[in-house]
Amino acid sequence: MPWSVVARNNCCAIWFRAEPPRVSTAPAYFSNSGPSSGQGSGLKIQFTNVEKRYGMRMALRNVSLEITPGECVALVGHNGSGKTTLLKIAAQLSRPSGGKIIFSERGAELSPDAVKSRIGMVGHHTLVYDELTAEENLIFFAKLYSLPDPSASARKALDPVGLSKRAGDLVRTFSRGMRQRMGIARALLASPGLLLLDEPAAGLDPEGQQWLGDTLVKLHRSGCTIVMSTHGRNETQASVTRAIRLESGKITHDSGRGGDPSGVLVMASVRDTDEEISRSERG
Amino acid sequence: MSGFTHATGVILAKELRAEFRSRELLTTTLVFVLIVIVLFSFTFNPTTSESRRFGPGLLWLAFLFAGSLMLQPSFLRERANDTLAALRLAPIDPFSILAGKMAANFLFLLLVEVILLPVFAVLYNIALFPILGPLLLVLVLGTLGIATTGTIFSAVSSQARLRELLLPLLLLPVLAPVLIASTEATVGLLRDPAELSLVWLTFLISFDVVFLTAAWLVGEYLLEE
Repeated sequence: MPWSVVARNNCCAIWFRAEPPRVSTAPAYFSNSGPSSGQGSGLKIQFTNVEKRYGMRMALRNVSLEITPGECVALVGHNGSGKTTLLKIAAQLSRPSGGKIIFSERGAELSPDAVKSRIGMVGHHTLVYDELTAEENLIFFAKLYSLPDPSASARKALDPVGLSKRAGDLVRTFSRGMRQRMGIARALLASPGLLLLDEPAAGLDPEGQQWLGDTLVKLHRSGCTIVMSTHGRNETQASVTRAIRLESGKITHDSGRGGDPSGVLVMASVRDTDEEISRSERG
Repeated sequence: MSGFTHATGVILAKELRAEFRSRELLTTTLVFVLIVIVLFSFTFNPTTSESRRFGPGLLWLAFLFAGSLMLQPSFLRERANDTLAALRLAPIDPFSILAGKMAANFLFLLLVEVILLPVFAVLYNIALFPILGPLLLVLVLGTLGIATTGTIFSAVSSQARLRELLLPLLLLPVLAPVLIASTEATVGLLRDPAELSLVWLTFLISFDVVFLTAAWLVGEYLLEE
């Protein structure tokens, strides 16, 4: 397969590859070689009047939003504001009740099937099997993504998340932080062009948050489009280039492309703190 | 098609690996069905002629209970870490998720049945060896019906609030035709001379085809939230 074709398909992991990736597409998102300029590109997502109803409750109301390749977008807002719903719709785990979403890469619109192989997701849960070992989990998902050498892909994916020595251990024996790392290794296994993270810092200690923040910075530099929901200020927001606030399923603030996201992030943090204080006073 | 077969095979292999590692489901189901068969035997204390008449019904009823017990965790296990979402995120045909689980459930149930058959033969004083071939055919078709339908309803009920209660309530009425057809086909095999009823076999094949087609058509929607 020509290098250019492989590069287009695996844009997130390009900058650290030393060899033409005819065999391996495993994520080696920690590299000393740095990004190869102009080759890596993420997916573009365009939401047009997207709505989501759960019975009588509107989870999303006429959300129109364009996220360009390589952006790192933070979705902020209190619980129930629609962040997770928006991420699930972007991941094609949930159908919108109205409106449409278009995914494109390098100007070409992608079919729903093609989009799936380009999306990685880190959810509230780890999305890995407790009853399998770390390596078995990643081999299983590598096979589902039809990666050329599942075993090699799994080993390469475990290394940067620091779980190589625990590759043969059952995931159920892992700590919360290690499970979260497993979830991230799974999400990055197929070198996604779009990474969706639903409160990825939840349950992580400061060291884990720092590690995650560094990982996101490197992914962002590689050109991967990142969309994450987040609460308050934490280390994972270091790479954020745009912040969007959702309230009751509507976008109320958007720092915009190229704008300064810190205002929206600080505002979200202050509001979350206020809400926590008033909740604790009531309770 | 090759993508579908590949994904189904990968999911089947994962299911087998996970189950044979813990053996929780197989052991529990096997013990449960053994108790049911033994209790039936002690309660009715049947003669040989009664065993030939009522034995197949009791046997298939036990298999049906085994199915409702064994199929429950099929999708419930995917809820623990939301691994169903991980499967749905993968670039595979959604039906391959169902097909992989159906194949695994079919093999688990068939294994339990094959282990139980000698116990049944001893307790009910029935010679199964001469009719083993046609009996296995009936077992395969009946079990396929239970596994297919059970996996579909397991996917549906796993998202409901009363999921533990819902599966047997949904499953047992729908599986009544399989129970009747399998029982009648087995009764025919235990007659003297043994007779393999083509009518009931055709019925079982039709049932399997209908539910497999239904799963293929609505598989994607069954797995959605």
